[in-house]
Amino acid sequence: MSKMTLTIEGDKHIVVTRRFAAPPEAVYRAHTEPHLIQKWLLGPDGWTMPVCISEPRPNGKMRYEWTNGKGGGFYLTGEYLEVEPYSRIVHVERMYLPDPTPDNHVETRFDQDGDGTLLTLRMTLPDTETRARMLATGMEHGMEASYVRLESTI
Amino acid sequence: MRNLDSAFSALSDPTRRAILARLASGEATVMELAKPFEMSQPAVSRHLKVLENAGLIARRAEGAKRPCRLAKAGVDAIDEWLAMLREALARNYDRLDQILADMNPKDGEEMR
Repeated sequence: MSKMTLTIEGDKHIVVTRRFAAPPEAVYRAHTEPHLIQKWLLGPDGWTMPVCISEPRPNGKMRYEWTNGKGGGFYLTGEYLEVEPYSRIVHVERMYLPDPTPDNHVETRFDQDGDGTLLTLRMTLPDTETRARMLATGMEHGMEASYVRLESTI
Repeated sequence: MRNLDSAFSALSDPTRRAILARLASGEATVMELAKPFEMSQPAVSRHLKVLENAGLIARRAEGAKRPCRLAKAGVDAIDEWLAMLREALARNYDRLDQILADMNPKDGEEMR
């Protein structure tokens, strides 16, 4: 599908946009409610998210754990910083592979777009080198981990 | 793929990105590259060394000139990596499309 864009912006940003045929409230809930997150934020076939903690309020925690059911797995922790229901979330997160990656600061916007939603993720890494390293080291962990790295580190 | 780390590091510098952009339109010598950047030739040479070590450019021996050009394999490796990331994220979002389609607004109470 050509609906999604992924662009590297400036020295330390990554911006992802995607349109959805559902109202902002639904897309927002799919990003914040554990039982919904667990259904789609999975990456390749065979991976599941047995643990999903999401507390969408300022200082609320997030913790996602993935497994491939064959002993492979990794997790992410984060904190919600700003929460504006159905329109905007700001959070910080890092992946454990198993060492923690530098913090990724993420602003997620849910904008009404006709009868659908335009989702915009704006990720900010500490510096250019971190972004470069994250993009590059993702390859060492193989494709299985890449989708999460994308979510968490780009 | 082992070059990706150095390739992305090489790309983190705006001058080196500009050099690559220039080379995208064709081969150039150090002297030709130095001109638009108002940099000394040794400074440009240092950037070229980084790009060369990262596998992003190749240099041809032609007397003392050694013209530079883009190294297709190195540039393609970066393209492929970014394409793979796009693909992985796109797959998640395609799955989310289905979840959203299944979310009946009337079931809102159950969702909250």
